[in-house]
Amino acid sequence: MSDMRFTKDHEWIKVEGDTGTVGISDYAQHALGDVVFVEVPEPGRKLAKGDEAAVVESVKAASEVYSPVSGTVIKGNAAIVDQPGLVNEAAEGGAWFFTIKLSNAAELSELMDRAAYDAYLKTLE
Amino acid sequence: MSETNSISGNKGLQIEEKLIFELGNPGCIGVDLPEPGPVDLDRMGGVRKREPFGLPDLSEPQVVRHYTRLSQKNYGIDTGFYPLGSCTMKHNPRLSEKVARLPGLADLHPFQPQKTVQGALEVIDGLAHWLKELTGMPAVAMSPAAGAHGEWCGLMAIRSAHEDKGEGHRRRVLVPESAHGTNPASAAMCGYTVDPIPAKDNGRVDLDALKAKLGPDVACLMLTNPNTCGLFESEIIEIAKAIHGAGAYFYCDGANFNAIVGRVKVADLGIDCMHINLHKTFSTPHGGGGPGAGPTVLSDALADYAPVPYVVHGKNGLELVEGPREGAKPFGRVKGYHGQFGVFVRALAYILSMGSDGLRQASSDAVLNANYLQARLSDVLSASFEGPCMHEALFDDRFLKDSGVTTLDFAKALIDEGYHPMTMYFPLVVHGALLMEPTETESKDTLDQFIAVVRGLAAKAKAGAAEEFKSAPRNTPRRRLDETLAARTPVLRWKAGSNQ
Repeated sequence: MSDMRFTKDHEWIKVEGDTGTVGISDYAQHALGDVVFVEVPEPGRKLAKGDEAAVVESVKAASEVYSPVSGTVIKGNAAIVDQPGLVNEAAEGGAWFFTIKLSNAAELSELMDRAAYDAYLKTLE
Repeated sequence: MSETNSISGNKGLQIEEKLIFELGNPGCIGVDLPEPGPVDLDRMGGVRKREPFGLPDLSEPQVVRHYTRLSQKNYGIDTGFYPLGSCTMKHNPRLSEKVARLPGLADLHPFQPQKTVQGALEVIDGLAHWLKELTGMPAVAMSPAAGAHGEWCGLMAIRSAHEDKGEGHRRRVLVPESAHGTNPASAAMCGYTVDPIPAKDNGRVDLDALKAKLGPDVACLMLTNPNTCGLFESEIIEIAKAIHGAGAYFYCDGANFNAIVGRVKVADLGIDCMHINLHKTFSTPHGGGGPGAGPTVLSDALADYAPVPYVVHGKNGLELVEGPREGAKPFGRVKGYHGQFGVFVRALAYILSMGSDGLRQASSDAVLNANYLQARLSDVLSASFEGPCMHEALFDDRFLKDSGVTTLDFAKALIDEGYHPMTMYFPLVVHGALLMEPTETESKDTLDQFIAVVRGLAAKAKAGAAEEFKSAPRNTPRRRLDETLAARTPVLRWKAGSNQ
């Protein structure tokens, strides 16, 4: 899991080759509480880094999920649309939101690694 | 304390009431109608009813009991203290209700000839006068039917003014993070993009951040004052100057007008338009789905764009302008007929019966009550900001830290104590918000009782009674609902035989 990179908005991305898998962090799912609705992007949608890519709603709040990188959506995770509760169970694993073909891999260097993200979370307490 | 399960499911006088579709028996009827004569099928164009409508068959006493029982399960301002923040749940004087029910006002038809409804037009015109007087603004659009509708009306006037000046490219609206959710929604409805403005540590708009966001594409700022942290935006004059300096307009959300009526004329603050929730500030029951009314006052810069209809003084008395008129550039019409007339009657009755001294005292009592709550609770709850508040007191959940009790649990426990909970988890700028607005309605006795209950609950939470809080409410017809299940698999419609 050490190859995951994080944004300040609590998205994570894990990259293999030129394909990234994007989700929200365990911290984010915990802060949201029980997730009741998820919307994921359509395949082929072009996203710039920071664009609104997906929607996640809990009993407490509705939030956008921003794309950590620029690229083209390969597919959304239909499983979490059918069962939003999976996001609470496996935010940093099986409950990924979408996969994306990266158009600029250099953007990854702007994201935090696990240690930097953990340090960032400490500043939020 | 064990509870006895009754044979009927009822708990004493708390009746376990079924849905009306589950009541009654086929053929049961409450009225004696004459037998229908021969049916002329041609009049129906050959259309025939093939299946029963599925309406319940009930006698009159069954219907009366059903709805009386449901009404007894309701909790409103007439039942008890209702400190729902940013909602101004205050007493609606019975005098205003009585006036609104006068047959000469209640039984009018909007299509009546104007010469037969001069009194009604005088009500609209008279209320418009007092709303302009109370805000210092030169014009008012009376027809918006609610707060958010008024927001949209004001934004449409702003958009029309920009387009008229050839500045239709201004599409960005600045909205503080503490704003009501309706503000960004209204801006989006108007075709604008929304850009959030952060707050400073003292809960007010960050003026420097605001200035940094200004630009040639900004249409307006939408600001609530006092804001939803219950704080007066003390830099509002500088904010208005900055906005106008950038060629944009200044929209004020008047949801919290109750705090400043008779104290501040919003025109003096540099505001270009503001909606007024008549159903909050000026005596109309609300929270039950309406109707409300959101007249929107406009500055000289926006007055020409006010939507039709409006009342003018003509040769033959008062006249409704419903179409083009020289000099005016209305952006259109926002509502059928002439606005929420019944609400206008209540508002005018309220304003006239209170008088200027009464209105001033109401707003100061509302602020005094909120500060009394804040002062008497700050040592056991955690006030979010230092210093006095305006019409509502904002606390966050720091006082619950490590207790295992959340803001939600605390609110549910208040229901067991017989109170409607405060607003919770809003505004979003503080963690686990508890927002209390007592309004001028409440006596010191009521506030003292409430304060004693809140202090007792806070002490219980800190003493480790988390389990008790988690299972609240226990004294209600239904206990803690599974909100997650309700959201994930909502059952939105009763079907025969579904037994749900």
